[in-house]
Amino acid sequence: MAVVETKALTKVFKEGEVGAVNNVNLQTREGEFLVFLGPSGSGKTTLLRMIAGLEQPTSGEILIGGSVVNHLTPRERRIAMVFQSYALYPHLSVYNNIAFPLKAQGVKRELHRQKVEWAAELLGIKRLLDRKPRQLSGGERQRVALARAIVREPTVFLLDEPLSNLDAKLRASAREELESFHKRIGTTTIYVTHDQVEAMAMGDRVMVLHQGHVRQIGTPTEVYDRPADTFVATFLGSPPMNLLENGDAIVGFRPEHLLPIELAQKAATTFRLRVKNTEYLGAEWIVYGAVAGGKFDGKELISRLGSAASFEADQTYDFGVREPDLHFFDRQTEKRTEAKVLAWR
Amino acid sequence: MAMKVEDHAPPPPVGMAARSLEGPRVPWRRTPEGRAQLLGICMFSPAVLYLAALIGVPLVLAFVYAFTDVKVGSASSHWVGWENFRSILQSPSFRQALVNSFIFTIVSQVLVIVGSTILSLALEDKFHGRGFVRFLILLPWVAPISLGAIGWKWILDSLYSVINWVLVALHFYKPFSAPMWLGEPHLAMASVILVHTWRLLPFSTVILLAGLTAIPKDIPEAAEVDGAGFWRILFQINIPMMLPIINVAVLFGIIFTFTDMTVVYILTAGGPFDSTQVLPSLAFFTGILAGDLSQGAAISLFLVPILVIVAYLMLRMAHRAEIT
Amino acid sequence: MQRGALRAIGYHAARWAVVIVFAVLLAFPFYWMLITTFKKTADLYTLENNPFIFNLPPTLEHLRLLFGQTSYLRWVTNTAIVGVLVVAITLVLALPAAYALTRLTGRWGQRIGIGIFLTYLVPPTLLFIPLSRVVSLLNLQDTIWSVVVVYPSFTVPFSIWLLMGFFKSIPRELEDAAMVDGLTRLGAFVKLVVPISLSGILTVVIFTFTLVTQEFVYALTFISPESQQMLGVGVPTFLVRGDVYYWGSLMAACLIASVPIAILYNLFLDRFIAGFTVGAVK
Repeated sequence: MAVVETKALTKVFKEGEVGAVNNVNLQTREGEFLVFLGPSGSGKTTLLRMIAGLEQPTSGEILIGGSVVNHLTPRERRIAMVFQSYALYPHLSVYNNIAFPLKAQGVKRELHRQKVEWAAELLGIKRLLDRKPRQLSGGERQRVALARAIVREPTVFLLDEPLSNLDAKLRASAREELESFHKRIGTTTIYVTHDQVEAMAMGDRVMVLHQGHVRQIGTPTEVYDRPADTFVATFLGSPPMNLLENGDAIVGFRPEHLLPIELAQKAATTFRLRVKNTEYLGAEWIVYGAVAGGKFDGKELISRLGSAASFEADQTYDFGVREPDLHFFDRQTEKRTEAKVLAWR
Repeated sequence: MAMKVEDHAPPPPVGMAARSLEGPRVPWRRTPEGRAQLLGICMFSPAVLYLAALIGVPLVLAFVYAFTDVKVGSASSHWVGWENFRSILQSPSFRQALVNSFIFTIVSQVLVIVGSTILSLALEDKFHGRGFVRFLILLPWVAPISLGAIGWKWILDSLYSVINWVLVALHFYKPFSAPMWLGEPHLAMASVILVHTWRLLPFSTVILLAGLTAIPKDIPEAAEVDGAGFWRILFQINIPMMLPIINVAVLFGIIFTFTDMTVVYILTAGGPFDSTQVLPSLAFFTGILAGDLSQGAAISLFLVPILVIVAYLMLRMAHRAEIT
Repeated sequence: MQRGALRAIGYHAARWAVVIVFAVLLAFPFYWMLITTFKKTADLYTLENNPFIFNLPPTLEHLRLLFGQTSYLRWVTNTAIVGVLVVAITLVLALPAAYALTRLTGRWGQRIGIGIFLTYLVPPTLLFIPLSRVVSLLNLQDTIWSVVVVYPSFTVPFSIWLLMGFFKSIPRELEDAAMVDGLTRLGAFVKLVVPISLSGILTVVIFTFTLVTQEFVYALTFISPESQQMLGVGVPTFLVRGDVYYWGSLMAACLIASVPIAILYNLFLDRFIAGFTVGAVK
């Protein structure tokens, strides 16, 4: 188990163009499950591949377990990686897939069977050992990929969007399996995804990336309840946070905090919303409306409610937001600032 | 990208009524599916008929000739049973040709596979000038066989061979004692093998390159992360995954070499003293030049077993590829 | 970083070495053709002279001989005419057949497809003897029509195979949409599929043409007179007077014929590969 660190890590693919990864500083904690979260093109996969050794950084350092590893090949870094496609060797049986890293690292022949069976047992795939990858389901393939990764007892696990190839229903159970797997093994894990639900559910900490820059590193609670800038604020949470410009500040509040006035006691601010559209999702309502009158007339806001409330289109209702639920961002830098006085009442 | 194979049950015999949803019986040939099938038959029939006439019929005729005594210019022919086969099996030139066909094919194929594997690996990654290099490498395959062979005949000429000039200049040989590439039996065989290899290398390389690029990039990377070095990735990952395509290249290479007469005809005309004769060239000399069509046909029939084996192997591979 | 960089340099050097060695070995005969074409005869046949340089000034005499005093241009013309005719016949036969086999005939259509592929494995050196008889019976002996009739027998299977690969990559939905819009199957084929596949068809045209230029056995067997002969047979046969090889003109002839074909071939190679591997490994 080791700590992964990067110092001022940068990757520029084409000279003169914006870097794919810019000046990233991070330090994992022992045994934690760290998520790299960001939209496509944010550099999260490039960052992961540099840590793995599959991509060379343009500048900066990568350290594993305290030593600089920039010059080491993937093989020498003692990391394990699970690819998005799982990259199982199609011509080898499951047993030989799992045994491959052992062979490659020169582990004694006699120990192979024991280790492979241990890994297979851990992931519940012992009965699949004689099959070929093409005969396995998506979830089974993930488990084989994990077994192949764990059999080497690596110090760090790298996972590159392993759930994105699974269909929605399977994704939830596969996610749960990954989480319990991590609890059992406890190896430091870095997990790349663009899905913020996965990030929130699985991560001990989440690192939000945008255009190669780190926007925030924090626990799910920190990035959700105290986003460091408007990007993090709108990227996490679905539907995204409502943002209003007011003077030199941007004010934000999440849809679940935009409540009918009866529910928002001691609201710090209220809006009159003309309802445009509502979506009934079973467990909750999403209400799309536009402000009617006042400084923000016409601005569209989203509210998210759990009750069986009914709203009719084109009717106006009063909504409010409580003081603790307001977020403030500097208009210029888009970064989080202290609470300001609301000047439009 | 794979197209779903249309998996219809075989159509009922034409004319049999099919029940449509509305009730009244419609003859199958009038249903959209029936019409489509009929259209399909009309569309491929010309090609099938043409091929039946120009390949099927001559194939049958080849067998017929082999068992008769047809000669060029003869009006009538008589059944002679196994006579043709008996006489060619006793002929030393035939025996030599049979052996040569196998030797030339096997040796050149081995050289081609090794060479093209190395070359395709070297060409895998893009680099400046790869297009031009590819142009150069393809020349032997693209140029008409006879012209390439003639080029080599000049290079291997008994007096003016450039190879010999270099060998003499480097003092490996005294002047006029350099090897007679096309004049001495073993050297002539080597020369024929060389030209076949030279011609097939580009073809094989191109096919292997396609196979290489079809390997998803993830898999060698996963092997790298798993700790495999260059050679292990090559022999335990890349090459096994390329095996189906390597098979295709080998099988085609075998056909192209085993059934080719042009290289031998132009380089050595079978000489010296039949040492480079192969089945197709012997068939040509016997059947066309000497006019004994039936013996020529009998000789060329010895190509059939190999063709059948190759066809069987290819079908089996295609079948397996479909299952997986 | 040093070990990694050294290893990278090693790979690059090895890669370049392999590429250069192979490229030289494979292309050398053509380079040799080039030099021989322009060397004076006296220079060519003087053993002491270094063959790699021009000891006497370069000359056009071989080219003049080739174009002026041999039937070379005639052969080129013959081959071109045959090429065009064979391409036309091939397209007429192969286009509908490939379409039918891809779209219209289900499982047994696949079997026929395999059968057609198998005919490609029957070599000319097996069929040329019976075919020579057939050709003489049809009185096509010694004319270019003999090969015009026979060549499609190997260009058609090959083309069907290539075209099937191209057609398979066109989504079925396109034709379905056209038929919903009112076209018949055949109409959809002619007005939709064919125009879309133009690049594939062009590839087939180029490769069929190159197959025609490369052919040797049939032309050698069916055609004797010099004026009717194809390029591939005429050059090695008639540029030799008795036992004397006119190497200068011979090499010129080879070079001039090979290079344009090679250029064309390279332009369409990637498409060819796609069709080839789809067809072969299904």
